[in-house]
Amino acid sequence: MQNVNWTALIIFLVLFALITWLGFAAAHWRKGDLDLLHEWGLGGRRFGTVVTWFLIGGDLYTAYTFIAVPALAFGAGAVAFFAVPYTIVIYPILFLVFPRLWYVCHRHNYITPADFVRGRFGNRWLALAIAITGIIATMPYIALQLVGLQVVIGAMGVSGTGYRGDLPLVIAFVILAAFTYSSGLRAPASIAIVKDILIYITAFAAVIIVPIQLGGFEKIFAAVPASKLLLATPGPNTTGAYGAYATLALGSALALFLYPHSITGILSASSGHAIRRNAALLPGYSFMLGLLALVGFFAIAAGVGELPAYATGFKQFGNNFAVPALFLHIFPSWFVGIAFAAVGIGALVPAAIMSIAAANLYTRNIHREFINSDIADRQEAQIAKWVSLIVKFGALVFIVFLPSKFAIYLQLLGGIWIIQTLPSVMLGVYTRWFNDWALLIGWVAGIVTGTAMFVAAGLAPTYTLAVGGFTFPGYSALYAVIVNLVLSVVLTPLFNQLSAGAADETVAAEYRAPARTG
Amino acid sequence: MDRPEITDPRDRNPAAWSWWYLLFLIQFIAVLWPPFYNKAEPSLIGIPFFYWYQLLWVIIGAILTAIVYFATDD
Repeated sequence: MQNVNWTALIIFLVLFALITWLGFAAAHWRKGDLDLLHEWGLGGRRFGTVVTWFLIGGDLYTAYTFIAVPALAFGAGAVAFFAVPYTIVIYPILFLVFPRLWYVCHRHNYITPADFVRGRFGNRWLALAIAITGIIATMPYIALQLVGLQVVIGAMGVSGTGYRGDLPLVIAFVILAAFTYSSGLRAPASIAIVKDILIYITAFAAVIIVPIQLGGFEKIFAAVPASKLLLATPGPNTTGAYGAYATLALGSALALFLYPHSITGILSASSGHAIRRNAALLPGYSFMLGLLALVGFFAIAAGVGELPAYATGFKQFGNNFAVPALFLHIFPSWFVGIAFAAVGIGALVPAAIMSIAAANLYTRNIHREFINSDIADRQEAQIAKWVSLIVKFGALVFIVFLPSKFAIYLQLLGGIWIIQTLPSVMLGVYTRWFNDWALLIGWVAGIVTGTAMFVAAGLAPTYTLAVGGFTFPGYSALYAVIVNLVLSVVLTPLFNQLSAGAADETVAAEYRAPARTG
Repeated sequence: MDRPEITDPRDRNPAAWSWWYLLFLIQFIAVLWPPFYNKAEPSLIGIPFFYWYQLLWVIIGAILTAIVYFATDD
């Protein structure tokens, strides 16, 4: 071990101990029978507007986001700010679509998006496709949360050679696994409150104190190279950086609430109203994310990339080290402890929710549907608990034994894959017009197209579409889901000729708030 | 507009639509069209237009959503 930052480390550990206690104590919060899946995996659908705000906020704005977005600003500049329009346009989508999903899921005790698709379209294979997409898109996302944790642990000077170096990560994960197993979704919900408060303190401190120390925003932006300050103006016959920026924002926004962990957060709300209110309240996090993106520029202005003290960190973690380096450079050690704890705990909240969401999917839509259909409700919850452990362990193995760039590639691919569930899930809450087999073929086509574009673009999310003399660089996920949609629409009348289609077990009235009885 | 009798439960309930939802369109256009805001000037307390414009739209978007919420909540 080189120079361990003891003050920071002790504060980090104290805060970590606090949330560990909180995670276990959460089992008794709004007490329910944790042997039932909707209690363990959805917190009994009892979270009101405020808890939902913390939970979804902690769920969507992950530790990795808080590290990676400023890192992108630090490395690539203005394009990183796509996170802001992205997190603006998600909320109209949340407002319009997801209360409908909540109502119908509440009515039928659906726990996963695949449960809904099974009920709506009556096709177990389509539901299986939705479930598998969800699980596969979620796994690398969990692994990436570990990267966030790894970076802050490394930044405090805790290091070691070989597997000893991963020991702190393993310990953190065992704690996470234990409280998720015992408390279910109540654990991340309660921890999210602590984590979010810490994150807000850190973000505002960074945005107020750092510019003062660096001599104001004017000076900070003057230090940013002109090529990074704005998007490159597109040349003739191309939509250039503008198209890439807008499609990344829109495609990411359409994909976000299709992730199983997002839907788990939404379904755990106590009412459709709580979700609508949150569509107006959650932008608080978007604003903070925007401010944190600016911190990437602060890191450029502070010149942390050239300081010898941080050279090893940059070597090990790349640009992801920009924010931790800046904090170490600017803040006193005790505050570094708070800020790093915010990021570290910020990794555990979404990792817990993601593993619960993946476990729910496996249990409901793979195990119950295809392996053993007559399991008792209590067994169902027990299976989910075990699967949540396996999922986390898998993510841990992934990050310890493989370079983190694989997790990054897979997470990017995950976004391209998960958006392919849009026609079945997001349009499905509005209409049963689509034929289930047409949706399944559209899904296959979308996955294949999107993956091919990702590979053709050199393992990057933006693919340059060439039509005639024009080029349109854009987010593959968006292009691929258009292919998916077109096929689903074209094939629907065709397949309707072949088969009558399965029954829909939902009715229109179930997608709205039930009429008030007083 | 004339609407047929809704007997099929698969049909969308027409009451679910509100004209207030069109307010959402404004924020989509404002932030998904980079030519509107890809410039440095006018800057605000030293922050280039590109950045403060988009941050401002986070707040405007939240206000618009709140308006739609109160207007459509029964």
